Amino acid sequence: MSNLLDLIVAGLATGAIYALVAVGFTLLWQTSQTINFAQGEFVMLPAFLMLAVMHLGAPFWLAILVGMLLSMLLLGLAFKMLLVDPMLRHGVLPLAIATMALAIGIKEAVKQFFSAEASPFPSIVPAGDISILGRTVSLQSLGVLALAILAVTALTMLLNRTSLGHQMQAAAQNPTVARIIGVPVERMILLTFLINAVLVALASLLITPIYLAKFSSGEVLGQAAFIAAIVGGFNQVRGAIAGGLLIGVVDNLAAAYVSTQYRAAVPMILLIAVILLRPQGLLGRSEERTV
Amino acid sequence: MTSGKYLRLAIGVVAIAGLIVVPINFNRYGLFILSQWAVMTIAAMGLNLTLGYAGQVSLAQGAFVGIGAYTAAILTTLGWPLIAALALAILLCFAVGWMLGYPALRVQHHYLAFVTLAFSTLMFLVFRNESWLTNGIYGISNIPRPHVFGFATNKPLPFYYLCLASLGIVSAAMWWLIRSPWGRAFTALRENPLRALSLGVDTRRYTLMAFALGSVLGGVSGVLYAPLTQYIDPVPFNLSLSLDLLMMVIVGGAGFFLGPFLGAMISVLLPEWLRDYTHDYYLMVYAIAVIGLLIYSPTGILGILDRYLTARRTKAASALRAAAQSRLETAQ
Repeated sequence: MSNLLDLIVAGLATGAIYALVAVGFTLLWQTSQTINFAQGEFVMLPAFLMLAVMHLGAPFWLAILVGMLLSMLLLGLAFKMLLVDPMLRHGVLPLAIATMALAIGIKEAVKQFFSAEASPFPSIVPAGDISILGRTVSLQSLGVLALAILAVTALTMLLNRTSLGHQMQAAAQNPTVARIIGVPVERMILLTFLINAVLVALASLLITPIYLAKFSSGEVLGQAAFIAAIVGGFNQVRGAIAGGLLIGVVDNLAAAYVSTQYRAAVPMILLIAVILLRPQGLLGRSEERTV
Repeated sequence: MTSGKYLRLAIGVVAIAGLIVVPINFNRYGLFILSQWAVMTIAAMGLNLTLGYAGQVSLAQGAFVGIGAYTAAILTTLGWPLIAALALAILLCFAVGWMLGYPALRVQHHYLAFVTLAFSTLMFLVFRNESWLTNGIYGISNIPRPHVFGFATNKPLPFYYLCLASLGIVSAAMWWLIRSPWGRAFTALRENPLRALSLGVDTRRYTLMAFALGSVLGGVSGVLYAPLTQYIDPVPFNLSLSLDLLMMVIVGGAGFFLGPFLGAMISVLLPEWLRDYTHDYYLMVYAIAVIGLLIYSPTGILGILDRYLTARRTKAASALRAAAQSRLETAQ
């Protein structure tokens, strides 16, 4: 049983990171119908940006700051202006394909300009174990969990408690009416892209110390985030959070109790089951369909 | 209109003659790449049927190429003829594709994409883990190339002709299919499922059929892929093959007959050609080229041509109308 608890804590920690990525993913979908197939690569890239800044001799905190800013600039602003804006009016599919191509581009760029090898990455949470109520728990897991919860709470507060958040929700739910009542819809959409960039940079910061910085690490992450977003509910922020945590725990338990060979199958089967039985996701609302 | 028809016929004949004659002096590698183009075009044609004509998104075409390839590899290394493997792969892919169509009856668009994505990943796990059947990560080697009508296709050139001939047969079948009532029913399904249903098209059956037939072509492509490379392991059939095939269809032009030919050309030949000029950066240049193309024309390469032809036809029609108008006025 003690093993089970450790597995759940570790699962929640990875799950919290998945949740961050999945929330960003659903935000983009809600405000601008963008299915970002490069979301995993978006998580992979900021770690390399931070490493590059550190190579120039900057301390870790400065590298984090610059990495965040660069990520907002590249993955937020440039992504929206150069790729999403020109393609949005042509429908979901061509844009989704373009993000697939973008994923290849980012992966190759990192491989060529940085390294094809995995590089270690400093952790912002101190390593080691602490004992709580006579049990040892990995400090890294707890720290990651705490930071992710903090970030998600801050985001939900922003969305639900502030005027800015209400404007963003209005822009996502009904852009036409939002425009009529004076919400600057364009600026709100840009804001969600910037928030997504911050979320992926944060996820990058939290997950890279665990799995090392490698150009190909985005594939697994991106898929986990997709699954989390769909299982939880494609059109709900809290759904994406629940989905992320669930996938993290399920994945970890599957690795321990199902065969290691088929651990990757468990989230997939969960995904198929949820889509077929409850397409709106565990916590989602059903989408209105126009016929 | 007839002159246009002859022009198209002439271009077609020149293209086919070119594909037969030009590669005669190609080296081994060039023939391999061209054969790969033909094989991938077949798979992309299948996806074009599912996606371009019937409007059902699938991210599982790569898995069907895998099913076809493993069927061919396992049976031919056991001494079966390739044609028997082909028959079995067709049956298998039809059945599995039909089953995969059931989710499409319930969910659409991105949800459907994700169900098929999950299926694709599950198939990859089966290829990798069921070692008793697929030999796992070690793969299957020494896959023999077939004898066709007594001719051995061990050398690259005869095998290329086999791929080309298969592509020709598949293209002819597809040409016939999309002009048959079935093809029209598929298009009706894409354009307006509700209206198709009210006009008496059995949308349920045609949705499943679109998946099954598209998957069969994925399988056919796989049956050729195995003897082409003569060694297969699970890696080429992971999700990125499905994504690649989807990219081929969209980049070439979904719903256009020639779309998959051009899309596969971009996806298979362009990186090879770029490799000579940009060396290590070729995949990056390729990605940028694809993004640029899609921004310029979201309907793919043939979308550009289509727009140009429509514009010219409109211009010609309005010129005719203006001429008729002025004639009418002078007559009055």
